Amino acid sequence: MKSFSNIYIFVFSTVMVILVAAILSSAAMLLQPLQQKNFEIEQKRNILASITIESTATDAESLYNKYITESFVVDSKGKIKEGVDAFDVNMTDEVRKPDEEKSLPVFVGLLDDEKKEYVIPVRGAGLWGPIYGYVALNDDFNTIFGTNFGHDGETPGLGSEITTSWFQDRFKGRKIFSDDGVFTSIDIVKGKSDPSSLNQVDGITGSTLTTNGLDNMLKDCLKPYEAYFKNQMN
Amino acid sequence: MKDREPLFSSKNMKLLTNPLNEDNPITVQVLGICSALAITAKLEPAIVMSFSVLAVLSVSNVVISMLRNLIPPRIRIIVQLTVIAAMVILVDQFLKAYAYDVSKQLSVFVGLIITNCIIMGRLEAFAMTNKPWPAFLDGVGNAAGYGVILVLVAFFRELFGSGELFGFPIFEKIGLYNIGYENNGMMILPPMALMVVGIIIWVQRSRKRELIED
Repeated sequence: MKSFSNIYIFVFSTVMVILVAAILSSAAMLLQPLQQKNFEIEQKRNILASITIESTATDAESLYNKYITESFVVDSKGKIKEGVDAFDVNMTDEVRKPDEEKSLPVFVGLLDDEKKEYVIPVRGAGLWGPIYGYVALNDDFNTIFGTNFGHDGETPGLGSEITTSWFQDRFKGRKIFSDDGVFTSIDIVKGKSDPSSLNQVDGITGSTLTTNGLDNMLKDCLKPYEAYFKNQMN
Repeated sequence: MKDREPLFSSKNMKLLTNPLNEDNPITVQVLGICSALAITAKLEPAIVMSFSVLAVLSVSNVVISMLRNLIPPRIRIIVQLTVIAAMVILVDQFLKAYAYDVSKQLSVFVGLIITNCIIMGRLEAFAMTNKPWPAFLDGVGNAAGYGVILVLVAFFRELFGSGELFGFPIFEKIGLYNIGYENNGMMILPPMALMVVGIIIWVQRSRKRELIED
């Protein structure tokens, strides 16, 4: 076996690491616009899915322009924030801020039956990684019209079931305010939920931690909108 | 001076064809099983995974083989890993840019190609001691051997688990559900991949008895 000096080993590894870094960073920079585009399309598809519009990667753009008639950002007092594009709000950053500083995006969808739906982005922590999604509310700002949840790495067959329609259908028609007008969010209940309560849904057996995360996500992300919802209701 | 070996000499062809059958990385060497369980519930991700492994393995094999006389043996594993990791990241970036849906389905498993034992195994056992061209053929051969099994497993799992092929509802179209047939949900779960691989190994060994160990 050939022997190499220590200096050679150092030089070799330094050159190799610099070369690899150069290749990878230039590839990342070249491909970033395309990846960004894909990511936006994915977001648009998710927004559309929350108001029950199916789309594909190719028609997402046009369907989004057709059904999402306006989007804006409000603050925790319910006032509209000027100069911020709802689509550009980075939810990862927003959830870390205190409520008063949050930019709260609202997407307004106008469906074929002329009904307006208000789509609210949500983001939180599951068991293994982030969970996120969109909640669409009817124009009473109380009843859930549809949801779309996604996750990065929840357990397949357990936590990852939050993306399935059988679970998300449970949210349809539920209300985020109690009968006497107090904000309650939706409780995801372990075991049997109270069938008479419109503020509860059943969790998923075996994915308590993921559904707890989902429960917290809904509370934390919908709560700052309370002022805006109440303004709109009156 | 020795005559140059023809590009597709019988020795070189063996590098390409051996891993498809008697030296198959999955069924004979039993490597790379983990990914075979994870991404074979549907055909499309299985095929994309196979091509990703093909790209990673053939290119890393060639790179390592070209560098084989320059790599200090003491840090060769680190060098191999760096080359593999760089290739895997490139493949992942390309998938995210050009095949976003599939890259979402494969999620972490593209990144996990780095730990696929087939790749390190080939670099260490073959590329370190052979010229670039045979190393390339060896890489293509082994990745193809891996891919063939992946696609075979995915074919059975998608067909009997979801009644579809490439998402096309084949059982529905031929009216199998009308006579009381039901999809087997078990086929979608990872353990069934192991069973299917086991059946493939059984069939292969009963046809080629010299593969049977004592």
